[in-house]
Amino acid sequence: MTSVSPRAATATTGGGDIPFIAAALGIGLLLALFVAARAADPLMSAHAFMFAAAFVGGGFALVHHVSSGAKADPTGYEFGVVKAGVFASVFWGLAGFLVGVVIAAQLAFPNIFYFSDFGWTNFGRLRPLHTSAVIFAFGGNVLIATSFYVVQRTSRAKLWGGLAPWFVFWGYQLFIVIAATGYLMGVTQSREYAEPEWYADLWLTLVWVVYLLVFLGTLLKRKEPHIYVANWFYLAFIVTIAMLHIVNNLAIPVSLTGVKSYSLFAGVQDALTQWWYGHNAVGFFLTAGFLAIMYYFIPKQADRPVYSYRLSIIHFWALIFIYIWAGPHHLHYTALPEWAQTLGMTFSIMLWMPSWGGMINGLMTLSGAWDKLRTDPVLRMMVVSVAFYGMSTFEGPLMSVRAVNSLSHYTDWTIGHVHSGALGWVGYISFGALYCLTPWLWKRKSLYSNALVEWHFWVSTIGILLYITSMWVSGIMQGLMWRAYDAFGFLEYSFVETVEAMHPYYIIRMTGGLLFLVGALIMAYNLWRTAKGDVREKEFAPSPALAPAE
Amino acid sequence: MLDRHEFLEKRGLVLTVAILIVVAIGGIVEIAPLFYLESTIEKVKGVRPYTPLELAGRNIYVREGCYVCHSQMVRPLRDEVERYGHYSLAAESMYDHPFQWGSKRSGPDLARVGGKYSDAWHKQHLIDPRSLVPESVMPPYAFLEGKVLDAEDAEGWLKTNRTVGVPYTDEMIESAASDFRTQTDPFADDYDGFVARYPNAVVRDFDGDPRHVTEMDALIAYLQVLGTMVDFETYEPEENYR
Amino acid sequence: MYETLAKIAQTWGLLLFVLAFALVLIYALNPRNKKKFDEAKRIPLEDEEDENGGKRD
Repeated sequence: MTSVSPRAATATTGGGDIPFIAAALGIGLLLALFVAARAADPLMSAHAFMFAAAFVGGGFALVHHVSSGAKADPTGYEFGVVKAGVFASVFWGLAGFLVGVVIAAQLAFPNIFYFSDFGWTNFGRLRPLHTSAVIFAFGGNVLIATSFYVVQRTSRAKLWGGLAPWFVFWGYQLFIVIAATGYLMGVTQSREYAEPEWYADLWLTLVWVVYLLVFLGTLLKRKEPHIYVANWFYLAFIVTIAMLHIVNNLAIPVSLTGVKSYSLFAGVQDALTQWWYGHNAVGFFLTAGFLAIMYYFIPKQADRPVYSYRLSIIHFWALIFIYIWAGPHHLHYTALPEWAQTLGMTFSIMLWMPSWGGMINGLMTLSGAWDKLRTDPVLRMMVVSVAFYGMSTFEGPLMSVRAVNSLSHYTDWTIGHVHSGALGWVGYISFGALYCLTPWLWKRKSLYSNALVEWHFWVSTIGILLYITSMWVSGIMQGLMWRAYDAFGFLEYSFVETVEAMHPYYIIRMTGGLLFLVGALIMAYNLWRTAKGDVREKEFAPSPALAPAE
Repeated sequence: MLDRHEFLEKRGLVLTVAILIVVAIGGIVEIAPLFYLESTIEKVKGVRPYTPLELAGRNIYVREGCYVCHSQMVRPLRDEVERYGHYSLAAESMYDHPFQWGSKRSGPDLARVGGKYSDAWHKQHLIDPRSLVPESVMPPYAFLEGKVLDAEDAEGWLKTNRTVGVPYTDEMIESAASDFRTQTDPFADDYDGFVARYPNAVVRDFDGDPRHVTEMDALIAYLQVLGTMVDFETYEPEENYR
Repeated sequence: MYETLAKIAQTWGLLLFVLAFALVLIYALNPRNKKKFDEAKRIPLEDEEDENGGKRD
């Protein structure tokens, strides 16, 4: 702790780090302009100019910061960056859900939603845009914002590092813009959920290291004797994602001024590295990080301590220990050696226990206060989220059994499974956190409207149910059709007959996604009015028509 | 002993290191052996590095995100072997940087698509998939036809692939640009040299337009080589039990 | 090589993991730690705000 405090002191008093930041921005600008001038391909030139523009923007922000005298946050915390994170989360969430609806429409109506003159709107380029936008842009911003909030509140200390948290925020947005524009232009490594090319990966590494330093620095100067359990989960998320990101993105660029690179590993080794990453991106980004949200926001909103702190300790170590082994279940029956597949399957089944331990801990936090589910739609959203977590962590180990996987793999069942976790668990716990944070940060007594939260909840829930049930049916149906034999011992269906059979389910899926997007739009409106300080007065009189839950 | 966890809980740095150790073990134990266990990749004849044109096609396959809908991994299940052909071997993707096994089949597996359809079929199917397969949900790739590739880029791709372990020879790298053009021209001067460097490589004008080497040529050349390198008439699976 | 590694993993490796898990269990379930956990679990709830919604030292 002592080794960090002196630096923390200069950073928080401000001033000391300004020349350093200015120099770093200048060097970054020169480097970006140099690469732009000598770019081996127009794509790198475009991206170098984006980096240059971002560094110039950073310079203006710095000048503004110094000249305006930079008043400290009157709360004694650094909440400005959390507010920015709330805004970015909602923005990227809407963008990501919208792209999801578009690509769902492309599969349902290919004649309408494909444009042969605009190759960049093809499914192959938009799908990574959707997955990255919802996981990294929406989910990532929610995680960064909530972690910055929670670590300050539970440590009773201001964020460490002066302007460093702002660097993390804007650096992360720059990474998102580079990644997203890259996908549209065809810049990709083709590694699922790790598509950005080598230079974007290097930039993210830098941002992530600063993120770790800010988080750790704040923990080290805390005024509480204990590190609250939510912070353990955030820490595991940050540290493990750093490790996964670096190992999975090892690649050699063709030219230091070009976008293209070739991965360091090939074939079977590359496949296992990628799915070790891919599975643990789910485990540590979409699970550990959002469990941290569960461990802070549910107790806070319910005004009750977490059900069992002991269980949370066991939950934590068991989860991070077991999760990291489960990756090979993405490669059942492939050319991956069977011992690795068996290892992955075994750990995946074991994973069921810590997952449900965590679910029980979240749900039972409400024991003795179940009536709040009826009156508080935000709390209900978070509790339903934990229920979805329980459901998808039951389904996951089931699908990792080789016999089940032989049917489910390569089909929409996987897509349905992912979305029950993504829309139900990650989506709802994030929405819950945003509904909590907005009135807290903008110092409002309540949300603008609880009735609109009810609408959001029911519209989205119907959307999720349409989505996952249609994908279960279409996935299991397609898996069974692929292996169906006729009376003469021939394969009964050609591949395209199985595609044709999925058409109605693709329409249902698109509708479900659209409802989920509508729900998020309702939330965006509600949060906007809340931040402005508006309250929908008539809600204090009972209005059953607007509150279908009651 | 019982204070040990408190030791972790109260010290952020120690907790960080403990987390890192716990999460590093799984990767080390699971992934590292794949690099030195000889049984990981079967010993088969016929797998060769991609030709410069095939590699260009592969770059396009990666760029367009074909892997999000097409797997390249036939599993050893009865229906898959009957539908697509012999199950995929690890050796068949030993030069694939990065691998393209995929995870979803919105379209069929492509691990053995090479030689199954004519070049003309592929070209028409890429330009307008629904003109040949009305129920298809695949996007159109008509724009590939108009994009002319620069043969001089090939040398850099080969060099980088050699850096990451693909056995391209000096000769292959020197003649990368010429090999790139030769593969679309059966009457090219260096035809014999090309075929000697890349045994069994197909040489023909893939997109039916002899004036340029386009992205369409490259992508079709790549699709036509997929799954054709190993001669399964002579492959003995018993030799590779693992 | 593979056999040697597999043997180590199946004996010492397994033992190590069981022990590590046992330590976590002992720590978490030890009655002597109950008071500490009860304090820790109230951290989010006992963080009261001053009139600005800020921190109180």
